[in-house]
Amino acid sequence: MSARAYSGLAPPALFGAGVLILWEFVVRGFGVPVIILPAPSAIFNRFIHSIPTLAADFAQTIQGVVAGYAIGCGAGLLVAILIDRSQFLQRGLLPLGNLVSALPIVGVAPIMVMWFGFDWQSKAAVVVIMTFFPMLVSAVAGLSSAGPMERDLMKTYGAIYWQTLAKLRLPAALPFIFNALKINTTLAMIGAIVAEFFGTPTVGMGFRISTEVGHMSIDMVWATIVVAALTGSAFYGIVALIERRVTFWHASYRQRDA
Amino acid sequence: MRIDRALPVTIIVAALIAIWYVGAIFMNTPLQRDFYANAGRTDYSAADLALADLNMDRPKLPAPHQIVAELDKTVLETAPTSKRSLVYHALITLQETLLGFAIGSTLGIGLAILIVNLKVLEKSLMPWIVASQTIPIIALAPMIVVILNQFDITGVIPKAVIAAYLSFFPVTVGMVKGLRSPDPLQLDLMRTYCATRAQTFLKLRAPASAPFFFASMKIGVAAALVGAVVAEVTKSEDGGLGARLLAGSYYGQTVQIWAALFAAAALSATLVGLIGVADRIVSRRMGFAR
Repeated sequence: MSARAYSGLAPPALFGAGVLILWEFVVRGFGVPVIILPAPSAIFNRFIHSIPTLAADFAQTIQGVVAGYAIGCGAGLLVAILIDRSQFLQRGLLPLGNLVSALPIVGVAPIMVMWFGFDWQSKAAVVVIMTFFPMLVSAVAGLSSAGPMERDLMKTYGAIYWQTLAKLRLPAALPFIFNALKINTTLAMIGAIVAEFFGTPTVGMGFRISTEVGHMSIDMVWATIVVAALTGSAFYGIVALIERRVTFWHASYRQRDA
Repeated sequence: MRIDRALPVTIIVAALIAIWYVGAIFMNTPLQRDFYANAGRTDYSAADLALADLNMDRPKLPAPHQIVAELDKTVLETAPTSKRSLVYHALITLQETLLGFAIGSTLGIGLAILIVNLKVLEKSLMPWIVASQTIPIIALAPMIVVILNQFDITGVIPKAVIAAYLSFFPVTVGMVKGLRSPDPLQLDLMRTYCATRAQTFLKLRAPASAPFFFASMKIGVAAALVGAVVAEVTKSEDGGLGARLLAGSYYGQTVQIWAALFAAAALSATLVGLIGVADRIVSRRMGFAR
């Protein structure tokens, strides 16, 4: 990263630090009860002392997130490639895909818990359903994003369908695919955590949040939220980093270096 | 043109329903076999079994007609004031969603206007707003309900707050993009007219943001509904579609869960659809022919 990129980080870092300090002062100065809002230092303290519990919760939840994310995104991409050849299927499935993305899919969580049991498999199932449609819709849009000129060029090369797919259309679709991959990181975390509200073995981030809220130990809830936030941001960051490496040619990245 | 578009969708939906029936038979058969075994019945044919699969009391996967029957029972045949009526619960969810959406989108638009106009805010706040999108915000829902309870705020408000919180971020991000969408040439033109900041905003930025406005409203209202439903799960005494989901999953009432799910889906689709209609009317008035 260049010096300029670092200086771009300064204002938000200052702002964040300012909020934390203000938060600490308000909580201490006005004697805000822990039940309403614990101070950042108290949350940090709790975090340090509960690392084993938090780690176990993280390990439990991340299984469902990663498994569901991989299957859901993979299936979405595969189906997009399959229906790409058929105008009919596209016209039938795309409006449905758009409709489904506006629906409260997290609601299927209780059903998945019934079907696949309390363990991480049911969470993975919720994540699969949540991530499938955004990927399907984006990938279909991406596959049709290669321009007619480029396609004609491939035709003049005598390229068969698979060659055009692998060498032109999939690479051209990558920005769209990565867009869905990024959106899906958040959806996957939400799906897994909410599914845990509906039943889980006695471990997992969603379980921890709902039980500790019941015990009124709000500092532990905040510590879990910190883990969830860090996990979500790291997950997104990793995908964004891979995107940078893979689609370095895309205009949105080229501009930044200039 | 319209038939051309409707036909594939109809056929796909019909195919999905057919797959659903087959799936229901497959998933319910082991359960129904157990029932027969417990009742000591062995003289059933495959057709008997399949028919019984589709009409079980607590099936693993209810057949579509069972869900329709449940919806008919709880929507049309029960008085909307009764707690057994799905309309009663849907109205609670709708209230929370609309209140939360109103608060969330107002805040979101306000913040977007501030961000576009103040450089300081843009640099310090925008990265946090973007980062907050990567955080599973819904994890905060149970806690917000408890905190507001401490202040004796109960009923619709806590859930509306969660709905607002969820709908607020997409609206802010979308509106910042929209208010920035006029290109430099147009901004320069406004400058040559000696337009004030307020005039540039009202006559150029605000109209230019219309498509983004409607797109983010659609995402925002869908997010508000998700927030309301999840909030209801964490505090189910007050009713609502989320409470129906939770009650159904406690008592193994699968048909009830599916009916609540369909009601939530219909609610969401209706709200998004209404915004879509408004979008079309406004863009026609503004002269964007689509």
